[in-house]
Amino acid sequence: MSEFVTENRIWDSAETMPHDELRALQLERLTQTLARVAEVPFYKEAFAKAKVGPDNIKTLDDLRRLPFTTKADLRDHYPLGFLAVGRDRVARFHGSSGTTGKPTFVAYTKEDLSTWADLCARFLVSGGLRPEHTVHIAFGYGLFTGGFGLHYGVERVGAAVVPASAGNTQRQIMLLKDLAADVLVCTPSYALTIAEAVGAMGIDPKELSLKFAHFGAEPWTEDMRAQIEADMGLLAFNNYGLSEVIGPGVSGECAARNGMHIQEDHFIVECVDPETLEPVQPGNQGELVFTSLTKQAMPIIRYRTRDIAQLDPAPCPCGRTGIRMNRVVGRTDDMLIIRGVNVFPSQIEEALLRVEGTAPHYLIEIGRPGTLDEVKVHVEVRSKDLSDKMSHMQALRDRIGQEIHSITGIHADVHLVEPQTLERFVGKAKRVLDHRTET
Amino acid sequence: MKIKQLSVFLENKPGRLSEPCHALSKAGVNILTLSLADTQQFGIMRLIVKEPEKARDVLTQAGCVVKVTEIVAVEVEDRPGGLADILEIIEAADISIEYMYAFTFGRKDKAALVFRFDDPDKAIDVLQDKGVNVIGGLELYDNAD
Repeated sequence: MSEFVTENRIWDSAETMPHDELRALQLERLTQTLARVAEVPFYKEAFAKAKVGPDNIKTLDDLRRLPFTTKADLRDHYPLGFLAVGRDRVARFHGSSGTTGKPTFVAYTKEDLSTWADLCARFLVSGGLRPEHTVHIAFGYGLFTGGFGLHYGVERVGAAVVPASAGNTQRQIMLLKDLAADVLVCTPSYALTIAEAVGAMGIDPKELSLKFAHFGAEPWTEDMRAQIEADMGLLAFNNYGLSEVIGPGVSGECAARNGMHIQEDHFIVECVDPETLEPVQPGNQGELVFTSLTKQAMPIIRYRTRDIAQLDPAPCPCGRTGIRMNRVVGRTDDMLIIRGVNVFPSQIEEALLRVEGTAPHYLIEIGRPGTLDEVKVHVEVRSKDLSDKMSHMQALRDRIGQEIHSITGIHADVHLVEPQTLERFVGKAKRVLDHRTET
Repeated sequence: MKIKQLSVFLENKPGRLSEPCHALSKAGVNILTLSLADTQQFGIMRLIVKEPEKARDVLTQAGCVVKVTEIVAVEVEDRPGGLADILEIIEAADISIEYMYAFTFGRKDKAALVFRFDDPDKAIDVLQDKGVNVIGGLELYDNAD
């Protein structure tokens, strides 16, 4: 049991399907999916252009002959160009968060919604959820897939839901306390906001009943997990998903917490070099690409997620056979190129968490005052970091700069700022101000 | 014999100093003295007030990061050499001073020196041994009124 942080319970026997059966099922479902998208104008055209069709796909390796689908393709066919069923069969719409422009819509049939609830139930159960629990969901309920996706997953398991939705942190804490939720669902950055507010309200986190948390919807780090677990006294699990593929439930951590198992009976994953689009060597980082195998309303073929992660095919002690992906380290479109060096905001976060005593509230500001890029990192000071001695404060600032340099290789000008002066985020955090892109 | 000092973190921006001062003024807290340490980006304001706990709460409410530390205040003759005599005692005892500042506090011909020592208890013993008047909080606050 020592390799598990909690009981290793499996929701669906399909999660442990032997590899050969799994591959056969994938091929069967891929063939069905290609038949379903045959009349979707985008795929009809794209397959014709690539001179491939469902008939050419005899093995799983043949998948690589199919064209990719990108976010731009979804936007070009706004709002519902990718719909593969009649409107009468659509049971629900969701949308991407629209952080980078117009939202893109996704559709679900009744069957899709049921599949999705099951996929969420799988990772919730592997991360400690039991029917007797109460789950506080602080994801926004709306077009965003986080709120409703997790909601129906929790209901599928048979646990109780507190659909708190996003915002009003003090009220969230009151609900957590008074309804004694066992499980918290939100973004990791919002969990930090809650932890901070719990402290500011003078509440001992032990007064809350939280035992487990499921975080997703944005990249986070192991150090952040350690901090949230220490501050809140709970076990935090990572899950991954994106609306274009289904929403949360594409993959999730098991009790071994060594990567997230991709639900390969419902999705085929590839990991490609974002430049060459060729598969990366096993164990290397690359862009994740997903093909849906069971989606009815809006199947997607080789969707380029822009999420950078790596795949680990090694067997897992939990018995699940789905390949594991590690944490998403960043997005190809979040990646900052600073003096020619690739830097992800998550690396700055990692550096801050390594320096004892700095709050992970930060803002990265990039400018090019002359010919070279210059980076400022604004970091909020907390009461416990403050010293009346100037030398201590300068040492704190210098340590942050050194950690950032050791992780990213870039020199940043670190600015300590007063607390609560940087913007707080309820949903996905925006931590970068890039003046180079301003006109 | 130690006196509580408040340290407030300030960004080096226009208006940053007045915010905590306004908060204290509204709450009726009188500042006996203050000193500022600054770098290009940020500073630390160190304050001595009559009611340090109340002042700390007021400043925290106003959104400031505040730390309370203990300092040692001594009375010296307000004449050339007053400070030098005290420093000689401290150096002889091999005690280091993190920082210091001075102010007058209502007693004629006397000034107060505020020291931040690494080892305040040892410093107090040494200074009192040499007959220096180490001022307690009450004495300082009452004479300042």
